[in-house]
Amino acid sequence: MDYNTLLQILDTAVRFATPLLFACLAGLYSERSGVFDIGLEGKMLIAAMCAGAVAALSGSAWLGLLAGIGGALVFALIHGVTSITFRGNQLISGVALNFLASGLTVLVAQRLFQQGGRTPPISGEARFNPITLPFAEEARQIPLIGPFYAEVISGHAILVYLAFASVALTWWALYRTRFGLRLRAVGENPAAVDTAGISVTRLRFTALLITGVLCGLAGAYMATALQAGFGKEMTAGRGYIALAALIFAKWRPIAAMWACLLFGFFQALALRPDVVEWMVRVKVPVPFLDALPYMLTVFVLAGFVGKAIPPRAGGEPYVKER
Amino acid sequence: MDRLPKWADIVLVPFLSLVLAAAVSAVVILAIGQDPWEALTVMVEGSLMSAYGWGYTLYYTTSFIFTGLAVTVAFHAGLFNIGGEGQAQMGGLGVALCCLFIPWPHWSLALLGAALGGAAFGAAWIAIPAWLQAKRGSHIVITTIMFNYIASSLLIYMLVDVLRPKGEQDPATARFPSVTNLPKLNELPGLDLLFTQEVRANVTLFIALAAAVAVWALLWRTRLGYAIRAFGKSQPAAKYAGIDATRITMIALLLSGALAGLMAVNNVMGEAEKLVGNSASGAGFIGIAVALMGRNHPIGVVLAALLFGFLFQGGAELGLWTKIPIEMRIVVQGLVILFTGALDMMVRMMLTRIFGLFRNPARAQGAA
Repeated sequence: MDYNTLLQILDTAVRFATPLLFACLAGLYSERSGVFDIGLEGKMLIAAMCAGAVAALSGSAWLGLLAGIGGALVFALIHGVTSITFRGNQLISGVALNFLASGLTVLVAQRLFQQGGRTPPISGEARFNPITLPFAEEARQIPLIGPFYAEVISGHAILVYLAFASVALTWWALYRTRFGLRLRAVGENPAAVDTAGISVTRLRFTALLITGVLCGLAGAYMATALQAGFGKEMTAGRGYIALAALIFAKWRPIAAMWACLLFGFFQALALRPDVVEWMVRVKVPVPFLDALPYMLTVFVLAGFVGKAIPPRAGGEPYVKER
Repeated sequence: MDRLPKWADIVLVPFLSLVLAAAVSAVVILAIGQDPWEALTVMVEGSLMSAYGWGYTLYYTTSFIFTGLAVTVAFHAGLFNIGGEGQAQMGGLGVALCCLFIPWPHWSLALLGAALGGAAFGAAWIAIPAWLQAKRGSHIVITTIMFNYIASSLLIYMLVDVLRPKGEQDPATARFPSVTNLPKLNELPGLDLLFTQEVRANVTLFIALAAAVAVWALLWRTRLGYAIRAFGKSQPAAKYAGIDATRITMIALLLSGALAGLMAVNNVMGEAEKLVGNSASGAGFIGIAVALMGRNHPIGVVLAALLFGFLFQGGAELGLWTKIPIEMRIVVQGLVILFTGALDMMVRMMLTRIFGLFRNPARAQGAA
């Protein structure tokens, strides 16, 4: 394998890591606030459909993005009403929303476009197109770093850079702001937060809304940047990989970025079995690569490589004492 | 909050949840410009108005009884097995290996062997998540989700690289020997009078019903069942009473996996007669809806499985005869899970308020 092949794979890895990263950060806000969210998949899917449909109809990727965020927000709010207001089972609510999204997206897309539950292929302004960073071409001359900059760092849709910016922003919000402190506290000990006079309900709803926005970005990226339009079940389990990455990263933003890049790298490798075979000198079945993120997550969950301890109040509805 | 009378809890809560789910479904159908009444008519016509339709409905029901019971057993131990799908797929592998590589003299013996194989593979597939839950405290929901994906990868590998006969294109095993083919309901004496043409439902239906009885007997008539339920109600109390947490967690989850694996007898051996990719086709997840709807009681599970059998067959008819896509049934499934599972409290609060009105109008007014 030469350097160019490696760069190609890394480039693909970055593109595949982006939706995982948005969804993973989305899960981070929700779970840090003490609300389990296995509905990331569904929120991504509904966002992908809304974004793809509106982009196709309006011809604007940005309007599509707004629609995607809107769709994911509606689902986030339903999750909030069931699990915060009505203190329902958060896991079951997530499962239900995933099914709703899976069915509704096809119903709506079929109603709008009559193309078997897809949106028509979109192009031009309706998509987020790659942007070339400054000096990418000039930098190519520099050995090693130059091509890396031109191939891997430069030439992505704007949402890719936004995803990585969100990591920094999340880190800052989580560890350097009052909101972040409260968010972390409400996921560990909501009663203490309540005693301090801060509304648990409000904090958790805020967290879920951020989750919705980020899932919206993830879905919009899927439909209007990574691919050209929405297709049935197009998220293909990415919401669950993001969940796995979140656990793998032990609910920390910077680690989440590395986990998503790693899982994105696995996905990129699964497209190039020849490279994998060259690397390990034996034929590796592609399904094994597909399953690798899940297996690694089980290992981490088992606590063999550092224990993954979720936020303590996760999954429990908060009941104010009277 | 006032308590609801027991009959309201058992009958009225699921009924009201169902009505809410149906109402929202009707709104969805209206929103995509179709007629809900027509949809319902097509569904009933296609699934309940002919022996042929019933054959399909009962075939789906059989699968859903198994997966519903699987979720039920785990629920009673306070555990949420969301991995029924993966366990059912692995059960399919077990059933396929039994049917392909053991020379059975008669279908009844093959049925017995394949049932054991399916159950064993299903249980094996939950063994690691179960052990991790019992010993290391890893959350069963997350690990079983992960194992669903690992199962589907493993199955693709087995079907493409190992079990696929030479020269075949499709990722599937060879057809099972004809001696392992299970009799359909129309081939059984007595029932052949009802089902005059070949139907999909097969003898596995009776195994499913027997499994429901067995689960009931286990949970409410044995010491082990008592331990499982006690553990599910309160882990500290169960531990104090000398119930071994590891043992109960393992047993409940292995049973749950075995029940999900048993499902494969119905779809893989009874219907497809070979193992194909994605054989469980979502039945593992429907088990969650079935268990919630059936209030985690075997009788409820059988009734809810019948309802979902109707929904599934009716949904397929919708896809065939109307402009409503077949995916409508996934929407209904999601709504049923939402209302019976997650919004349970809302339904209860509504009912309690209504009951309060009847019981003591003055106090209810004061409260409002």
